[in-house]
Amino acid sequence: MLRQLEGSRAVAETVARCRPHVVAAYPISPQTHIVEALSDLVAAGQLAPCQYLLVESEFGALSACIGASAAGARAYTATSSQGLLFMAEALPNASGLGLPMVMTVANRALGAPINIWNDHSDAMSQRDAGWLILFASSNQEAVDLHVQAFALAERLSLPVMVCMDGFVLTHAVEEIDVPDQAQVDAYLPAFRPRQQLDPDDPVTIGAMVGPEAFTEVKYLMAQRQLRALDVVTEVADTFATAFGRDSGGLLRPYRTEDADVVVVAQGSVLGSLADVVDDLRETGVAAGALGVTCYRPWPWDAVRRALLGIPRVIVVNRAVAVGSGSILGQDVRLSAPAGTTVSDVVLGLGGRPVTRDGLRRLVLDVLAGRLDGEALTYYDVDRERVAVELARELGDAAPTSGARP
Amino acid sequence: MNLDVRIHGRGGQGVVTAAELLSMAAFDQGLHAQALPTFGSERTGAPVMASCRISDRPIRSHDPISRPDVVVVQDSTLLRDPAVLGGLADAGTVVVNTSRTLADLVASGVVVGPAQRWVTIPASDLARRLLGRPLPNTALVGAVAAITGLVGPESVGSAIRRRFATLDPKVADANVSLAEQARELVTAGDRGSESVA
Amino acid sequence: MTTTPLKLYQVGTFAAGNRLLGPGERTVQSSMDRASCITSGHRACRGCGEALAARVVMDAAMRATGGRVVTVNATGCLEVFSTPYPESAWQVPWLHSLFGNAAAVASGVAAAMRATGRDDVRVLAQAGDGGTVDIGLGCLSGMFERNDDVLFVCYDNQGYMNTGVQRSGATPAGASTATTRPVGDGVGNAFGTGKNLPRIAMAHDIPYVATATVADLHDLEAKVAIAMARRGARYLHVLVPCPLGWGSQPADTVRVARLATQSGLFPVFEAENGMLTHATPIRRRVPVEEYLRLQTRFQHLFVGPGRPDVVAALQAQADRDIARFGLAPEEES
Repeated sequence: MLRQLEGSRAVAETVARCRPHVVAAYPISPQTHIVEALSDLVAAGQLAPCQYLLVESEFGALSACIGASAAGARAYTATSSQGLLFMAEALPNASGLGLPMVMTVANRALGAPINIWNDHSDAMSQRDAGWLILFASSNQEAVDLHVQAFALAERLSLPVMVCMDGFVLTHAVEEIDVPDQAQVDAYLPAFRPRQQLDPDDPVTIGAMVGPEAFTEVKYLMAQRQLRALDVVTEVADTFATAFGRDSGGLLRPYRTEDADVVVVAQGSVLGSLADVVDDLRETGVAAGALGVTCYRPWPWDAVRRALLGIPRVIVVNRAVAVGSGSILGQDVRLSAPAGTTVSDVVLGLGGRPVTRDGLRRLVLDVLAGRLDGEALTYYDVDRERVAVELARELGDAAPTSGARP
Repeated sequence: MNLDVRIHGRGGQGVVTAAELLSMAAFDQGLHAQALPTFGSERTGAPVMASCRISDRPIRSHDPISRPDVVVVQDSTLLRDPAVLGGLADAGTVVVNTSRTLADLVASGVVVGPAQRWVTIPASDLARRLLGRPLPNTALVGAVAAITGLVGPESVGSAIRRRFATLDPKVADANVSLAEQARELVTAGDRGSESVA
Repeated sequence: MTTTPLKLYQVGTFAAGNRLLGPGERTVQSSMDRASCITSGHRACRGCGEALAARVVMDAAMRATGGRVVTVNATGCLEVFSTPYPESAWQVPWLHSLFGNAAAVASGVAAAMRATGRDDVRVLAQAGDGGTVDIGLGCLSGMFERNDDVLFVCYDNQGYMNTGVQRSGATPAGASTATTRPVGDGVGNAFGTGKNLPRIAMAHDIPYVATATVADLHDLEAKVAIAMARRGARYLHVLVPCPLGWGSQPADTVRVARLATQSGLFPVFEAENGMLTHATPIRRRVPVEEYLRLQTRFQHLFVGPGRPDVVAALQAQADRDIARFGLAPEEES
């Protein structure tokens, strides 16, 4: 039913309807409204027999989910930024043991310096932990991805991270169609664990694997993640059939057919990009946007196919691989067909707003050749301010262009 | 049709709730609306800003409002900050919560653009009388709804009742009355730059 | 006919044995149908106190619960020597957590059992002292304060043994470890440091806290049974000598553990809801020196002029604890 409510609240209600058995919760901005709403639902008896654990840290939260999942229960938690890092040791533990669970990451910048606002550095820092990583482009998609996430996690026996932009989506109040209980029950089957802790059928989970077998175990894990590409598409298709909405999947193209330039991005920026693409098209610029919904596993083939025949690609990065360059940009470069010009830009770190005006100017700047096609451009940095600081630190050796990382 | 409203106030004055209420009222009216807060860390008294965009088409973007059609100032001391009115359309509307008149404000240095429409309304005073607390947000929501003509009083009322559903019904009632009073004051006032007392 | 009551003591390797006890008083270990939760073939050192304790504890838990137990095991010696893929020594459902989160993982398992209607399945967490008092403390304290339905068993060999005998928050003062070598005037591990987990557990007011050692099989099994008869957060702290880390003879493991209790250095007691309920009196008191001399980790206290001051300080510590817990011997030998 379409209602006007806060994104966090919508996610909480949706998670509740997925009938989790165990929810572990530790607060951190900007995820707090999700776990608060869930605690209200539990207290009101709407989630029975779900056990809600008020854990002592994010490490405790994910650990509790690991235990719950290993015991055959549907488990959920949510975090952001520093909280995600605090559970870092447990992330590959969950994926390595093949334990299904769902975790919301309300994307927030990583400190230091401490910053509570939105960018993608948190999820990106854990991109290799073996989890499926999905990025919601809107609150509606965030809601839908949570339902799909439980289905994916349990089909693949892998943990799934659903990313939604902190504050920007979590705290926005807008119209969202929250699936009702009957719809979710019809779509999401009961959890049938691949293995579980059961006195009637004892298993040892988490043995020590030495050099003689470790490579094989890792290889098989990697293969399983790659198989997830097909399952992600399948789950999105069945979701569309059941709920009548196009949500999830690997990619979200917008007016990319016959485009001269395509902007690739993840998360809520895609909403702004849709408006910008429409505006530009009206002025005769053949622009398009490509959203990457499924970041892990990385959809190589789908990205390559989507960019075939597109001469210019701009990648909007909301996280940086310090000392290396871009993250999303490098993935896109490696996947793009030969001959594609890729402009890699950083935008919106630490909650700096990514505006439609800014995006429009970016596309026009790229088309006019005002950006260096090879380097990573910090598009919204205050060049004068950093030049002053660099001059102070480096004296005459300070670079003036500011175009290199 | 697009209406971008930016609400400025201080922590504790219900700025975020005001934006939410406006968006919920617009939704009840059959429009599309999105309320977006901006946060610093939690502390009362600190400047807070929230925005509400209303449209007859689905809203896809979540970027902050840079060119508001309406700016609501819940705390008139914030008028000293030029960012509060930043980006306001030439013919934009400013609604100020104050018991002073517009002439007083101008005399104290506030600059009113020639095509702008300013409305002053003693929302905190009204609230103090009706709620027992100087919480101006619902009054200002009622005023904005009336001034813009986009959202009717029934929608404002239903949004307030839904938002405050978990509280004592008397609280919702009082807030609905407050919004109604503000609406009446506004509609009774003259067009153009004005004070409503 | 006159009857004379005879006190039977456990001496050395149980010479008096279970043969003279009625069936109801015999240990689980003496029974042919003990669960053997951790079976043979594991890679523990000769004389490993932890392997012995784990077997005793888990089998007692299985007896107490009718076989309805699952266990969560922190990283450490026990986990490493019992699950060398593709083999496992465990015959119960077993989950390796991480190093510092056995308590949190166990809490999750317990919540899952509750949520899925399998409340009869009990959860037992196992960890070494490192995974309990240091890196595990945050999660453990959370489990305690939530009163989650988990029995947490700490096998305390007083150091990070699996990684090469480094000092932990449970290492006693005066002990030499790889990171507290008695160089120059050094005493080894410093006095005035360390944590007493049983008392920290008591401070959380949880339903049951107990200490035990591998020297008293009956006592250890009985405490597991008591713990499993209750619900909520429970803590059992078991002293387990490590021949490698302590520098004691593999054959002396039980003897060393007994001397720890009889010297007063390791008080044996129980507490409920934060209050001491029972302390096991010392049967035949010994000076700490008798205990210390059996372990090369304390040999620097006796070599050459030695460190009689350190020995005296340890003796004073033992005296204090004997007084604090009321462990005064019931008889002199």
